[in-house]
Amino acid sequence: MIETHFPILTCLILLPLLGCLGMFFIKTPVAVRRWALGVSLAEMLMGLFLLQFQLGTANFQFVESVPWVPTWGLQYFLGVDGISVFMVALTLLMFPFCIICSWTSIINRVKEFHICLFVLISALIGVFSALDLVLFYLFWEAILIPTYLLISLWGGPQRDHAALKFILYTLAGSALLLVVVIAFRVEGGSFSIPALMAHSFSVSFQQWTFLIMALAFAVKVPLFPFHTWLPAAYGQAPIAGSILLSAVMAKMGAYGFLRLALPLAPEAAHFFAPLIIAMSVCSILYGGLLAFAQSNLKKIIAYSSLGHMGFVILGIFLFNFNGVQGALIQMVNHGITTGALFAMVGILYQRSGSYEISGNLGLGKFVPAFMGFWGLFAFAGFAFPGTNNFVGEFLILAGAFERNLWLGAVAVPGALLAAAYMLRPTQKMTWGEPSNATKWRDMSGREWACLFPMAFLVLYLGLAPTLCLKVMNPTLNHLISAFQSRVPVTLSMDKNFHSKPERGGRP
Amino acid sequence: MKVQLIFPELFQLLIAAGLFLQSILQGDRAAPLNKWLPWAAGLSVVVALGSLGQSGLLFGQTYQMDRLSQFFKMTVSLGFFLTVINGVEQPQLEKEKQCDYFLFMALSAWGLMLLCSTVELISIYLALELASFSLFPLVPLRTKSLSAAEAAIKYIFIGGVATTVGLFGFSYILAAQHTTDLNQLVHMSWSWSHSPMAVLGLTFFLSGLLFKLAFFPFHFWAPDVYEGAGNETAAYIAVLPKVGAVAVLLRFTPLLKPLMEITTILAVLAAVSMTYGNLAALVQKDVKRILGYSAIAHAGYLMVGVVAGTPLGVAAAAFYAFAYVLMSFTCFWVICRESVDGRNLQLEDLKGLSSRVPGLALVLAVGAVALVGLPPTAGFMGKFFLLSAAWNRGCNWLVVIGAANVAIGLFYYLNLVRYAYTKQSPEASKMAYTTEGRTSVWTLSGGLFLAGLVVLFGILPDLVLRLLMP
Repeated sequence: MIETHFPILTCLILLPLLGCLGMFFIKTPVAVRRWALGVSLAEMLMGLFLLQFQLGTANFQFVESVPWVPTWGLQYFLGVDGISVFMVALTLLMFPFCIICSWTSIINRVKEFHICLFVLISALIGVFSALDLVLFYLFWEAILIPTYLLISLWGGPQRDHAALKFILYTLAGSALLLVVVIAFRVEGGSFSIPALMAHSFSVSFQQWTFLIMALAFAVKVPLFPFHTWLPAAYGQAPIAGSILLSAVMAKMGAYGFLRLALPLAPEAAHFFAPLIIAMSVCSILYGGLLAFAQSNLKKIIAYSSLGHMGFVILGIFLFNFNGVQGALIQMVNHGITTGALFAMVGILYQRSGSYEISGNLGLGKFVPAFMGFWGLFAFAGFAFPGTNNFVGEFLILAGAFERNLWLGAVAVPGALLAAAYMLRPTQKMTWGEPSNATKWRDMSGREWACLFPMAFLVLYLGLAPTLCLKVMNPTLNHLISAFQSRVPVTLSMDKNFHSKPERGGRP
Repeated sequence: MKVQLIFPELFQLLIAAGLFLQSILQGDRAAPLNKWLPWAAGLSVVVALGSLGQSGLLFGQTYQMDRLSQFFKMTVSLGFFLTVINGVEQPQLEKEKQCDYFLFMALSAWGLMLLCSTVELISIYLALELASFSLFPLVPLRTKSLSAAEAAIKYIFIGGVATTVGLFGFSYILAAQHTTDLNQLVHMSWSWSHSPMAVLGLTFFLSGLLFKLAFFPFHFWAPDVYEGAGNETAAYIAVLPKVGAVAVLLRFTPLLKPLMEITTILAVLAAVSMTYGNLAALVQKDVKRILGYSAIAHAGYLMVGVVAGTPLGVAAAAFYAFAYVLMSFTCFWVICRESVDGRNLQLEDLKGLSSRVPGLALVLAVGAVALVGLPPTAGFMGKFFLLSAAWNRGCNWLVVIGAANVAIGLFYYLNLVRYAYTKQSPEASKMAYTTEGRTSVWTLSGGLFLAGLVVLFGILPDLVLRLLMP
């Protein structure tokens, strides 16, 4: 544990909430937007403090620990390691991005919209930095209501249905997670996640807890066959909602697997790995095929998300270094690429009023800058070499082949499908006839400002992923070695041979 | 005898006496109720807060002051205070009946306070009767309402049967265990094989309490009575009798060992109660009926703490009862303010609430989210405490059912939020509402205060929990 003098994580969680309070004193929508942007930029600036993250250690950093409900053993316990620091950074990155993207598209109830957004961001940072199980669960569930409101108040025509489906599905998935939280406390004697990681639980206990955790996380990711809320929610949500749902909230599920399911129930994770891998391969192929069949741009990206997240989960459950490393990098990259693609669809909608491919034909000649960005993000979407997604997908596929030749062979068509479903709309949008874009204005300064950093990150992470890998490697090494030192015990069925993994700073 | 031990009860009696005097003297000379009653009720909360630390035995070991009883008395007086400020100007209560109405209410609250401290079966029974009988006349006091009369008759009959069964059970307990002192009773054997008569008797005796709690299978009255009674009366009936019943049930916890017959019966009934309440609420259209069925579900949750039987379980149930008072009043506050003429609100009537009165819509949303049990509200913390106290006490299945029920309950509570926020009201009714003067500062500040408390105790539950833990 590396404590910190300045409670940076608490500040990151509190700043948006304070921003909400400030919102009550602002009258006009324009002022609300400016205030929101100001708060989000301040939040990002404060996030720069996280650059003090120490490389070469798997310990939790920026740790804050205060008794919260001492009578019940609850702690206010925050900290980040090489896994969660990326998730926090991704959330921070998406914060101003969402606000800029909804600058002109949100007209009604502007203040309420930004309050929902602020609460959501603060809860997301909480999820990714909580190290106490109850605190984690609290933030996890706190996300539901603001997301529900985002979809149901500012969404598309079928928003009511979509929002209801989203919240019922996800709460049904995670309601039993509370039982797991309680059971871990009773069996392991603590709510603290690092303390529980050092504890080994009986196999049967691991198995049922793993199944419940997997249900909650798989619904959130989502994995086939729990994905049916996804097209409705992604399709109907306002652009900022779609961005947050796909770029950050989908990662909550994968993060849950990495943070809780794998370290706390390693034997069970190993036992159920074939099931989860099968589900993720189904997601990759089925998501790809569905995306290929859509004519609605938002739905194409939604289903492509299903496929990409399938890759992430596949990578995690390969249990080898390449796979998990690829999964984590893919989580970040998918957030950036999908966020940018959703934002671009939002920009299109502002001009054409349609999410259909047929409503956005032949743009290449009239809005070249727009199509340039689209091309870049679309290529990143199918993991073209040189873009960021390539790194993640390559590592995951390498891991898959390392694990099993056939597994790799089954997953590869998913990558090919991605090229097909991304290139088809790109081709029509660029050269399709007749063009809808004859009188369109090309991208405005505001749109440049929000897409340019994303484009930079796509290329930077695609060409020079070393820094990212350096940050995550110690934690992932630790995770994998702890995992591998535990699993053989069950394989040999030798209860006397109980090798406890070495804890602490392993490079 | 140390008088300071029973200050809260004495003060509540004083309020009742004042109401009685005003009722018989009624004339121009008496100050109108809204001038003094809210202040008096508020002062009684302060008095109850001040006597939180008292402990001792009075009246020949039949009346016990301890951590738990004092906390519950505070909760009851808080509930009474909220009822008074919520209902002091209700539209469907004739002016000349107002005094009697609050007299009965104060007496009922007094009975509940006594109930919190009694540790002897006969005095429990008497306090229970005092609390129930004073409530019966309140229901039909709604102006010219046939359904109120029907609700009152149902309430009286079911209540009468439940207490009679309780009395019958009492005779069996006395015959089998030869004592009525609770502190001795809890150390006796309560297994079916050893003394079947006592177990049967206890089951019957508890039924009187379970009726107050609206616990399955004594729940039938709840939705009908809520629907028939005036909004403000329903708020009282929904909340306070539950607090009293839980206080007594928690006294029985030492005898509820895991896997004993009576514990299992209560656990099964708790599971049925929460599931049935939640499922039945899914199809309701009347807001008060929704809350009625939700009350049945919450009775099931409260019972989880009783079944757990540990000091942790007791603290959890007490915390949840306290949270339930706040959450319910938060919802009822909005209902009572929104129903301008005192009629029953349908879900449809909530349409467009967020554009008419954004503040009230927010308060309703906080109340509903708390009743579901989502963070960061006291409802979540309460459910968490209850479920974690009950784990590994021989009924893990109950914990699972309790957690799963959160997901079932979500739909109908969310309906309140959905109608308030996402559905737009027809133009005509918008006009009708904006001309009404009910969106005053007082309305909003009261609601926001309640909602704020719900959130505060969700984030810092230790403020309350500290009072309850040994």
